[in-house]
Amino acid sequence: MSTIKKTAAELAELFASGEASAEEIAREHLGRIRAVDGDVKAFLHVDEDNVLAQAQAVDARRAAGERLGPLAGVPIAHKDVFTTKDMPTTCSSKILEGWQPPYDATITARLREAGLVILGKTNMDEFAMGSSTENSAFGPTHNPWDLTKIPGGSSGGSSAAVASYQAPLATGTDTGGSIRQPAAVTGLVGMKPTYGGSSRYGVVAFASSLDTPGPMARTVLDAALLHEAFSGHDPMDSTSIDRPVPPVVEAARRADVEGLRIGVVKEFGGDGYQPGVLARFREAVELLESLGAKVVEVSCPHFGHALPAYYLIAPSECSSNLARFDAMRYGLRVGDDGTRSAEEVMALTRAEGFGPEVKRRIMLGTYALSSGYYDAYYGKAQQVRTLIARDFDAAFEQVDVLVSPTTPTTAFPIGERADDPMAMYLADLCTIPSNLAGNAAISVPCGLADEDRLPVGLQVMAPVLADDRTYRVAAAVERALQDRWGGPLLAQAPDLTEAVK
Amino acid sequence: MTTTLVPYDEALTRYEPVLGIETHIELGTKSKMFCGCSTEFGAPPNTQVCPVCLGLPGSLPVTNQAAIEGIIKIGLALNCSIVEWCRFARKNYFYPDMPKNFQISQYDEPLCVDGHLDVEVDGETYRIEIERVHMEEDTGKSLHVGGATGRIQGADHSLVDYNRAGIPLVEIVTKPIVATGDKAPLVARAYATELRELVRALGVSDVRMEQGSMRCDVNVSLMPAGSSVWGTRSETKNVNSLRSVERSVRHEIERQAGVLDAGERVIQETRHFHEDTGTTTSGRSKEEAQDYRYFPEPDLVPMAPPREWVDELLTDRPELPAARRARVRAEWSLSDKELQDIVNAGALDLIEETVRAGAEASAARKWWMNELSRRATEQGVELTELPVTPADVVRVSALVAEGALNDKLARQVFDGVLAGEGTPDEVVEKRGLKIVSDEGELSTVIDEVIAGNPDIAEKIRGGKVAAAGALVGAVMKATRGQADAGRARELIIQKLTG
Ligand SMILES: [Zn+2]
Repeated sequence: MSTIKKTAAELAELFASGEASAEEIAREHLGRIRAVDGDVKAFLHVDEDNVLAQAQAVDARRAAGERLGPLAGVPIAHKDVFTTKDMPTTCSSKILEGWQPPYDATITARLREAGLVILGKTNMDEFAMGSSTENSAFGPTHNPWDLTKIPGGSSGGSSAAVASYQAPLATGTDTGGSIRQPAAVTGLVGMKPTYGGSSRYGVVAFASSLDTPGPMARTVLDAALLHEAFSGHDPMDSTSIDRPVPPVVEAARRADVEGLRIGVVKEFGGDGYQPGVLARFREAVELLESLGAKVVEVSCPHFGHALPAYYLIAPSECSSNLARFDAMRYGLRVGDDGTRSAEEVMALTRAEGFGPEVKRRIMLGTYALSSGYYDAYYGKAQQVRTLIARDFDAAFEQVDVLVSPTTPTTAFPIGERADDPMAMYLADLCTIPSNLAGNAAISVPCGLADEDRLPVGLQVMAPVLADDRTYRVAAAVERALQDRWGGPLLAQAPDLTEAVK
Repeated sequence: MTTTLVPYDEALTRYEPVLGIETHIELGTKSKMFCGCSTEFGAPPNTQVCPVCLGLPGSLPVTNQAAIEGIIKIGLALNCSIVEWCRFARKNYFYPDMPKNFQISQYDEPLCVDGHLDVEVDGETYRIEIERVHMEEDTGKSLHVGGATGRIQGADHSLVDYNRAGIPLVEIVTKPIVATGDKAPLVARAYATELRELVRALGVSDVRMEQGSMRCDVNVSLMPAGSSVWGTRSETKNVNSLRSVERSVRHEIERQAGVLDAGERVIQETRHFHEDTGTTTSGRSKEEAQDYRYFPEPDLVPMAPPREWVDELLTDRPELPAARRARVRAEWSLSDKELQDIVNAGALDLIEETVRAGAEASAARKWWMNELSRRATEQGVELTELPVTPADVVRVSALVAEGALNDKLARQVFDGVLAGEGTPDEVVEKRGLKIVSDEGELSTVIDEVIAGNPDIAEKIRGGKVAAAGALVGAVMKATRGQADAGRARELIIQKLTG
């Protein structure tokens, strides 16, 4: 029995019933990683001995009668932005190459506690800055649907790992769409929880007021199970919300939209959107209507300003967050030959340790926060942020959820936008508003675009702390579409082991 | 460029000083501002650190409520308004002793605003307006090794100790202090002194300037007498004693007057004060001012101290120094000078405690201010460091009051207590100290003294009663101070003239 293509929920059941051990499941997934990751390049770090030791420990806990979480025994791919005390944490940056944190992120600790087995650390855009994983200092990750295409980003290693069956689950972080966009372009479910719903402690910061850890999976239920496993209040993160986790698993199982009011965001669509993306999006909306939802068009007039506001706020925060990488205490150190001052070593290290996109954003943010420019840039962007939150508030007075395409296009070729940052930034056009407002949003597969037979994502946005609503809608769409397709969308992806042979 | 100093009194005839004082006070919370690490002073380097105060990637700050309580207490004592909502801000600059290369501080939204503190100099009251009191975290401490000066210039390498990084720091900023004239240095010192007393009374910091838990940055500028346009200021950093506060202001007045007299501009810069010479030297120029790129700290939620809590802190606060001084002055019937001496000697707490424990105020004051202060000075220690307690003073005072000891014997009792011979009663017992009140024994001694001093005895017989003092002295000597001197005198006069 191969466990590779099973969902996390199925694996958890096999483990719970004793039909499979955590070690067997882990061994099969390690085999899959060996077989395909040479081409996909989803992982930066896999230590097989460590993985097997973790799995054996989980088996021992079960044998000892310990009550484990609902995902016990299930392997998971962990984005390299979460600290792990038994694995390096690099954020795909040379400046942190080989850095082994002395502590576990809260989410890392909760995964361990719940009995999940961490297979390794996944590739990402350096410090989560990018939409293609091409900004990794350790080389790009490839989209399992087409190895010449990007897997999205910044959580592109995570999306590629799950889409190529190297792991049933993955963690991601979403600052401007970094979970939803890679999920959309690889045919996965990716969820950005309400800001503050999942702990940032031990998540290497890109933009603190936007960064949101979340789950990535092949099914809505799996995403909900993982969401529930690692969410909830964390006293180590003062922006963490001290409220019960919304009932996301229950919502994923419920999967009905009868009577739900759904708003289509008028501002998303038209020029710059791939026809195949819009076609699948429209069909998904019609499907929801046929399932009993009431669909209306809703205008969010300030969403058009979200992208420029984001590209002032996120770089501003990153310019400060990344100041700590200075060669003094950990990480890369360049030019320390006894003749140079600390300041010179800092400058040389940062010049060599950061990639071009990270430098671009640090400079942009430094400029935006400078005295004399602060009001015009950072200050103005914060005002736009308030207006966007108000747009959401007004919209959610009329409807229960908002929907849009997750991304304007399907996965683009590796290299195509690498030298055109503006084109790259457009990938997050539809996802950014929910980061600025802090509300919940999910991406769920809604088919393949006709032009390129690549996955398209439907984005469902719900108010702050109404995360369960996004799962309800996504699960309804998933169930109806899988009926139509006769199985999961990923079943239509090429078989990588065939391709590799 | 050497500047000719203008003598202080002369400088004041042509210029009017304007001061501004920024004081940093480390709060005495058990744990740091944003993590659980200990704040204890003097631990081996880098032993009181964790991912948060080391600013490791991924770590996040969580505000220590005890620190917020401490700053609100200070703000209230300085008559500030406590705002209903404010935020932390990041102050961005690169320096190796800053783990994150930004400091969590407050910028345009301080927690406490618009207060004042009254200080007294030579019987006159000066109201120092407080602009703001805000909360921030301390940095680590750099140690520059291999140079002559201990400064970074010329050093061979540097070491950083992060134990201090993240200790809660309160910054108190005055508004410009004007119209103090030639009293400016004294006003500055009086302000720092009063602030220290205030914070100590609140119990939120040990405010030890020599350990750096209180440090002052002193801004001084001069404007021509009669002008209302302020001059360019210098900022003397990290002045770490009350005396230095006074001296640094004095020196800056003399120096800046020299610069202005020579027709030059005062440079806006930070300066360092040197205790040995009483002078300041140039530090970093602010002409190329650092841009700190302040912005609201996104890792922390805004502070919104509940009104009821603030009211509670105001109601429950201890008696503040000014009120206490007024009360003590009235209760003990002191002159301004006497009160000031007690405060300066650091004896107020001790005397009050002694009085509370049952001694007469006058007795308590007499022993602490005369005898014990002298011993402390001789030994070069603070009065509080002497191994004698208020309870000891109470007991000695009682023994004197009931006639069991006289002052001379009492001093011998303190000798014993200070020498570690035990409690006053134990010392009295061991040393056999008690007034000789046995008339027969005393009479015998007096007879011997009279016999041994026939000349003096003759004078007394001749009516020179005042000469009896010499014989009393001899009696006291013979009894090792244990005789009742008054009774001895009576008996001598009686024997020679009666
Ligand atoms: Zn700490």
